[in-house]
Amino acid sequence: MSDVADAVFVRQALLKPLPPPGGAGRRWHLMRNWKDLILTALCLYLIWIVIWPAVRFLFIDAVWTGSSRNDCLAETAGHPVGACWPFITAKFQQFIYGFYPESERWRANRTFLLGAALLLPLLIPRAPFKLANAVLFFGIFPVIAYFFLVGGAFDLTYVETRSWGGLLVTLVVAVTGISVSLPLGIGLALARRSTLPVLRGGAVIFIEFWRGVPLVAVLFFATFMLPLFLPPDWEIDAMLRVLVGVSIFAAAYMAEVIRGGLQAVPRAQYEGAMALGLGYWRAMRLVILPQALRVSIPGIVNIFIGLFKDTTLVLTVAIFDLLGQLRAAFADPNWSSPSTLFTGFAFAGAIYFTFCFAMSRYSLYLERRLRREPR
Amino acid sequence: MAMQPASSSGLSSTRHEIAVEMLGVHKWYGDFHALKDINLEVTRGERIVICGPSGSGKSTLIRCINRLEEHQRGRILVDGVEVTDDLRHIDEVRREVGMVFQQFNLFPHLTVLENCTLAPIWVRQMSKKAAKALAMRYLERVKIPEQARKYPGQLSGGQQQRVAIARALCMNPKIMLFDEPTSALDPEMVKEVLDTMVELARDGMTMIVVSHEMGFAREVASRMVFMDEGQIVEINEPEPFFTHPRHRRTKLFLQRILR
Repeated sequence: MSDVADAVFVRQALLKPLPPPGGAGRRWHLMRNWKDLILTALCLYLIWIVIWPAVRFLFIDAVWTGSSRNDCLAETAGHPVGACWPFITAKFQQFIYGFYPESERWRANRTFLLGAALLLPLLIPRAPFKLANAVLFFGIFPVIAYFFLVGGAFDLTYVETRSWGGLLVTLVVAVTGISVSLPLGIGLALARRSTLPVLRGGAVIFIEFWRGVPLVAVLFFATFMLPLFLPPDWEIDAMLRVLVGVSIFAAAYMAEVIRGGLQAVPRAQYEGAMALGLGYWRAMRLVILPQALRVSIPGIVNIFIGLFKDTTLVLTVAIFDLLGQLRAAFADPNWSSPSTLFTGFAFAGAIYFTFCFAMSRYSLYLERRLRREPR
Repeated sequence: MAMQPASSSGLSSTRHEIAVEMLGVHKWYGDFHALKDINLEVTRGERIVICGPSGSGKSTLIRCINRLEEHQRGRILVDGVEVTDDLRHIDEVRREVGMVFQQFNLFPHLTVLENCTLAPIWVRQMSKKAAKALAMRYLERVKIPEQARKYPGQLSGGQQQRVAIARALCMNPKIMLFDEPTSALDPEMVKEVLDTMVELARDGMTMIVVSHEMGFAREVASRMVFMDEGQIVEINEPEPFFTHPRHRRTKLFLQRILR
């Protein structure tokens, strides 16, 4: 054997991987030839006709101070009027809290703070105690938040969920939907891949049913039809019913995204784990799901973002989230001016965009971080 | 007089002299009869090398031993425990039987060290520190302790397969199964893996190896098993197996593979 080793070239170290084709140098060819020049000019023109009016509307022509619609009229301002920001300032509390009683709004603030304080360390990969933190945020926080916001005990006055509104409701629905749909979706995806026919069949029916009905129908059913079927002394809070509906709806979509991720993990991984004696649950938790979820991140965040924006549909069952409060505020004659509508939508759009864009960027960051561990 | 005779491999208190016993085992994939009446007895410390043309059922046979495949008829006993539908028995068997795959099957999201400590920590309930020490000992034994912090994707095929061997050894198995451990490797990496396996064989490990590496088989095998079309055609000690194969099909196969 040694004579073979002496005679033949044997590589000892791995070769460095080649860089991907198309290096960074190719990016900035804006003015190489006349074709590039025309395209560049065209793009600049398009940017100009979109950006400039927006900047004019939002900042240059905008009215910044005032107390009523009169300040936002062109006659009073003396120039064509853009955004009417005093409208937002005046209605800001309503956009955030809805009709949550003014004296009790500190409770909503503390809930926001507590949520943020628990969520932030969860999002920072280096922060310690991930498991405890996750249990606190996903398991304990929703319960505390619910009872703290509703009150009725410990000297807290009772605030019925019907008076909740604005961004508070948007966040309550979105956070609940997000944190319930992920574990529920994982469970459904595993059930659908189970070898037990009852479990698999149940999961298929459940997923296909909830994917087959529109969210608006789910919300309608939960709000208006369900009370008719339940015994009269069974009273389930309207908000709770909506939360359950939204969570189940999102979980059905989540299950399919995660099932896709599970399919991307080779069967050999499962066999490797089984041969070590890990057993089904530990194999799933330690070997299969970490790989499957990593592949599914773009799809999962897609659902989160969709869910965040779909929360506006609670408007159809008389729960006034951020957009609902906005629409209610439009009806105020004291603030009806030509630009009120656009100002309001610009404001709401900015808030939705901030949340969704943050989620999107965070998922990209997470993907890049996980990619550093090569496969 | 002592009640138990001391075993050849030097183990003092062996419960069973027979490590693996297969009695009249049959397996079907749908209509395809993959294993036909397999009878095989492996004593403790024995090294069995199974060879045969592709599709002859070699892999299926050893995968039945730790229940990665289900057999439909016959009995399989591993260290006295029968492999049945009973999940507790299957887990018991899998804890005692290590397996090395053709494609390594390392977990790509875990480092080499984590790959090795995963089962000791979660199955054997070992402390993290003890598991780490154990893993480092075996990584040293397969001669790659310096790669412990890397991910499997950063290693060469030969290194990955040696990690896979270390990972299986970390469970202190009584029996090791090798399913074509060098078939997916570049030729220059075959030797390092075979060397590791030879060393393991010298230490007295009970091994069942599916392999076409006839040099390795000659060096370590206690018995050779030749399979064709789902049947065991011939079982013999390596010397007569290679020089005077009894069966015509064995002769043909050896001619083709040894050239």
